[in-house]
Amino acid sequence: MKVTINGRLIEAKEGQTILQVALANGMYIPHLCYHDKVGAAGKCRACVVEVEGMRGLQTSCSVQLRDGMVINTDSETVKNAQKLVIDLMLSSGKHDCLSCEQNGNCELQDAAYFLGIERASVQYGDINRETDESSEFVYVERDKCISCGRCVEACNNVVVNEVINFGNRGHHTEIVFDTDLPMGQSTCVQCGECSQLCPVGAIVDKKNKGVARYWETQKVRTTCPYCGVGCQLELHVKGEQIVKVTGVEDAEPNKGRLCVKGRYGYDFIYSKDRLTTPLIKENGQFREASWEEALGLIREKFGKIIEESGPDAVAGVSCARSINEDSYSMQKLFRSVFKTNNIDHCART
Amino acid sequence: MTNSFSEFKNAKCFFCIGTNMTEAHPVAATFLKNAVRNGATLIVADPRKQPLTKYAKLFAQIKVGTDVAFLNGIMYVLIIEDLYDKEFVENNCVDFDKLKESVMKYPPEKAAGICKVSAEKITEIARTLASFKPVMLCYTLGITEHTCGKNNVMSTANLQMLLGNMGKESGGVNPLRGQNNVQGACDMAALPNVYHGYQKVTDPAMKEKFEKAWGVTGLSDKVGLMMPDMMEGLVSKKVRGFWIFGENLANSEPDISHVEHCLASAEFMVVQDIFPNETTKFADVILPSAAWSEDNGTFTNSERRINRVRKIKTPPGIAKPNWWIFKETAKHFGHEWPSNSGQEIWDNEISVLAPAYGGVKYHRIENDGLQWPCPTIEHPGTKYLYKDGKFSHGKGIFKSVEWTPPAEVEDKDFPFVLSTGRRLYQYHTRTQTGRAGMDALYKEETADISIADADRLGIKHGEKVYVESRRGKVNVTARVTEEVPAGMVWMTFHYREGNANWLTNAVFDPETKTAEYKACAVNVYK
Repeated sequence: MKVTINGRLIEAKEGQTILQVALANGMYIPHLCYHDKVGAAGKCRACVVEVEGMRGLQTSCSVQLRDGMVINTDSETVKNAQKLVIDLMLSSGKHDCLSCEQNGNCELQDAAYFLGIERASVQYGDINRETDESSEFVYVERDKCISCGRCVEACNNVVVNEVINFGNRGHHTEIVFDTDLPMGQSTCVQCGECSQLCPVGAIVDKKNKGVARYWETQKVRTTCPYCGVGCQLELHVKGEQIVKVTGVEDAEPNKGRLCVKGRYGYDFIYSKDRLTTPLIKENGQFREASWEEALGLIREKFGKIIEESGPDAVAGVSCARSINEDSYSMQKLFRSVFKTNNIDHCART
Repeated sequence: MTNSFSEFKNAKCFFCIGTNMTEAHPVAATFLKNAVRNGATLIVADPRKQPLTKYAKLFAQIKVGTDVAFLNGIMYVLIIEDLYDKEFVENNCVDFDKLKESVMKYPPEKAAGICKVSAEKITEIARTLASFKPVMLCYTLGITEHTCGKNNVMSTANLQMLLGNMGKESGGVNPLRGQNNVQGACDMAALPNVYHGYQKVTDPAMKEKFEKAWGVTGLSDKVGLMMPDMMEGLVSKKVRGFWIFGENLANSEPDISHVEHCLASAEFMVVQDIFPNETTKFADVILPSAAWSEDNGTFTNSERRINRVRKIKTPPGIAKPNWWIFKETAKHFGHEWPSNSGQEIWDNEISVLAPAYGGVKYHRIENDGLQWPCPTIEHPGTKYLYKDGKFSHGKGIFKSVEWTPPAEVEDKDFPFVLSTGRRLYQYHTRTQTGRAGMDALYKEETADISIADADRLGIKHGEKVYVESRRGKVNVTARVTEEVPAGMVWMTFHYREGNANWLTNAVFDPETKTAEYKACAVNVYK
């Protein structure tokens, strides 16, 4: 079907919403509660647009396109309505960007920038919602929450951990964990899906707080080093330091989802305990050695054993955590150099 | 896995047996929970009332080590009530008569006596399984870590063939692999019987192929030793030189006292790792490795998907990529290897020498990886195996399987069964998670025991208890939980202190040599 958005004739598919098609065609509409993963909520009302023949403004995240629909996303009426929504959000929270983790990656900031809002026109005086630092890996600053509900939806219907919900009513509405417990004492498993989907700086990862601005980091896709699901990670890297990990949205097999180990378990590689040099045991003590010396000793000892007792007197165990290319190389060493098939790994543990 | 994680979404019914997915494969579990929310039926069989059971329509709390009896009981009902897929069995399978003969020895009443799931529930599960087409069967180490592990696996395959659930989207037999690249280590031939891509070392044509490719002569056509036999070989001096790469065997293998005796017996031992650990102390030479994120390469996940792993930092000190260490060792023995990076090894050797990966090249896996088999550069990869019921070796062969109990069962002195597994917040022997802040979320090993046993023995939650087997004794904190049935203790091998492997039994499946981590006899006392 064909629809017209801001005068442009655009091809669209059955079931798509105005917002999806506008975004796919490079036309930004502010939106805060909508995310591909959690779907339309029609809640924040930042995405309102005009649709010819429909009365009043429509939330573009929830209106499905019909053939021939004519839509305006940039009229004065629309912009004014969007501005009011964003202005009120800015007014009702502590959206101080200077040291906010989300600065540069904040969807509220993007919306304000797009609409040319310099600062909130009013500021409520009574905002003093509880900041929750009780969780090991997740930091919750409720003063920055815009009650978009993405985290609630994600926790309950994406990862189905069923911990986060809205508590209280009206002006006092806020996110709560289980029966309003501190996050760290709740049944939260710290998968961090809420942090990944939070459009503002209300739910952020503790590990990278104050470590790097969003724009200072390079994003590198890789595969998780833990279980056999093979989740796709985006490493946010500053220099050689991983400062944050997010799931790659739309990637197979994890579609952006991660668990606590995948998202927060990355920093073992920086541990001061790492082995940094070859070591040779002498009189029961290890001493540092060069590669040449260590490999020379292996040549001597393995060579002698093979000469005396045959190739099957040596055996090797490969690693189920290292890359394919390493396991291939190890078995190639045992098979083609040592001439034994005594090679295995812990496939069964 | 014969099938893929993406197929969870449209699955109509799951049969999860011996898989604590929410803790061991948390992200996979989210897709399963989504499907259940959307109407899929979940059947769980597990000795523990673990978190998946919350989403299950039917839960069979089977006694540890009775899977074959339980599954045969289900198949008995399917055959007697004529509920199995006759067309699939006739067209795609052989030896149904042999299966039938063995299964007929397990009427539900008899199976119930063994597996402690009522005959009514066994019948209900069978009928439920038959009412969906297809059913996706998932398992993990709860099936394999038994002396009868291979038979357990065969039983799951028998069941899925009988139900006609093989070669179908959202069906199949799906073992979720525990480690990030355990699938890859198998595929890459860190196994004593095959070259990579499962090409048999005993096949003269393969020997010739690899001698030519590697420019060597005299490759061995004799199947090598599996790990437990290597360990015994260290004691008998049949194995004199031992090279351990990235495995903390002193904590991860059953019966630590015995394992350490084996390791201490090694005449010359090389350990290649990223951290000093309980195993490196037995080494004569320690080689420092590049870790995850310090080298470019690939991992292969449970669904056979080959994914890229990327380098973002240099290794510490003079630590080196592992492939470099092996290449340089080969050089010391007079062998020059051509490839000089992960990509060169994959694109020019691995992919060229194994038909299953022929179409997998680095330039094709920049984003989402490819699932093998992927024989040609145009091939899109294989989402699920055995399409239209066409198995790789022709027809699916039913294997007649009899139940055998664990090697060590409860008795007067050791009246509890110890079963082991993994917890969400830790990974294996904690060499990684212990240095990534996870200790804050799970700080010590616990002995999980039932409320009934705790009451009977006067043990309070959080109190220190002794757990003792014929092989060792540990002093750990009791975690009293409704997850565990009476008569069972459940532990892990994450911590050195209180490691379950001080207690576990070093007995193995005769063919696969998988250790019986899931069952041994222990006592618990204050």
